[in-house]
Amino acid sequence: MFRFRLDGSSGVPPYLQLVHQVRQSLLLGYLREGDRLPTVKDVAADLVINPNTVVKAYRQLEHEGLAGGRPGQGTFVTATATPVPPEVNQDLRGSLEAWLRDAGEAGLDDEAVTALIAVARRDLKREREKVR
Amino acid sequence: MTQDDADGGVPALRTDRLGRRYGRAWALRDCTLELPAGAVAALVGPNGAGKTTLLEMISGLLEPTEGQVSVFGETQRAGPAQLLALVGYVAQDHPLYRDFTVADLFRLGRAMNPGWDQELAAARAEVLGIPVKRKVKSLSGGQQAQVSLTMALAKRAPLLLLDEPLASLDPVARLEFMRDVMATAADANLTCLISSHVVSELERFCDWLIVLAHGRVQLAGSADDLIAAHRLLTVPRATQDAELPGPVIQRTDSDRHSAVLVRTDPLRLALQGHASWQAEPVSFEQLVMAYLQRPATATTQDDPAPAAARPRPSTKAVTR
Repeated sequence: MFRFRLDGSSGVPPYLQLVHQVRQSLLLGYLREGDRLPTVKDVAADLVINPNTVVKAYRQLEHEGLAGGRPGQGTFVTATATPVPPEVNQDLRGSLEAWLRDAGEAGLDDEAVTALIAVARRDLKREREKVR
Repeated sequence: MTQDDADGGVPALRTDRLGRRYGRAWALRDCTLELPAGAVAALVGPNGAGKTTLLEMISGLLEPTEGQVSVFGETQRAGPAQLLALVGYVAQDHPLYRDFTVADLFRLGRAMNPGWDQELAAARAEVLGIPVKRKVKSLSGGQQAQVSLTMALAKRAPLLLLDEPLASLDPVARLEFMRDVMATAADANLTCLISSHVVSELERFCDWLIVLAHGRVQLAGSADDLIAAHRLLTVPRATQDAELPGPVIQRTDSDRHSAVLVRTDPLRLALQGHASWQAEPVSFEQLVMAYLQRPATATTQDDPAPAAARPRPSTKAVTR
């Protein structure tokens, strides 16, 4: 049976952490279509969290088409994620490493790099929202 | 259980301008709240804020000086017995009859509560390894807390009040105690109101938040909604409160910039926000702490938010 974790210090709301874990586990192949997710009560007791948080996470997963409830049986994974093909992953990693080397040579430390990535990501997101 | 009653939209708890005065001092005043069925609510406030007074009035142990309480639509006027049957109360100091054995306590619970679930009580005692033939006073603090919780749960009341339930427990016992509360809440559609001043622990347990301070409600509502309704802004120091897109809850001034917690919504922020401002979401803990630290003169959440840019007293909370 799949088990959730909770990181109290991450600042990410608990229900989102649960959603992320299912998404990530799908991508990594730890969860497959047809797998049953633990019951709301089991997750609430296991992680010692509010059951409504679990309900909310499961609803979000249903909304995203990743899971579905079967009456009387529980919540099941309904989607297979299409993992990124390994060669694409490799290429992206290569170009990122090259960029990081350039940044290092230009004198940016880790913090500056993280800040720059956050800003670029935010700008891209805004751009995309404007297009819509 | 009573979840069917609740489907009609009757809130689990409603208090209307509830107040209690001791002599000349008001311990709690003007307390108007609503708690939907199935919510797990955190009741947060500094010592002396009126938390225990509120819980005792809800449980029927303490008579309000003014205002009224209704639990699943039942008010005190229907008779205190009706109200008492709907509320399970675990008091702060777990006041059990210390010379009674656990089995005696269960017998007492059975005699006094028509809905008593002896099976649940016995099963919990066994699972928790509580020796029912022992006297209460010989049990550890954690076990006493668990007995107190068992008494409240076996009563099968749909509203459970927990007053500082974790205060006397070590970290492992706290976790076990809350594990039971969370599992029961999932099972029985229980509505819980949990008072605490350990703010950092509450986020994972609670989806509803009530902040009491200075004998009044400062903030109340669904935790998600409240977090969504606040932003942490970084603005130039010269920015006046009136220029900000909503009531200022807390402001920390540095030499050139200020960090301001504002009650606002995304639309308002987009319309009234300034390009140089940085807006960040607020965390559960930041939100609670900001409201707890508000001076007594600050206005409560009952202000109509859009009327916002009302003048505030010049007491700027300086937290550094």
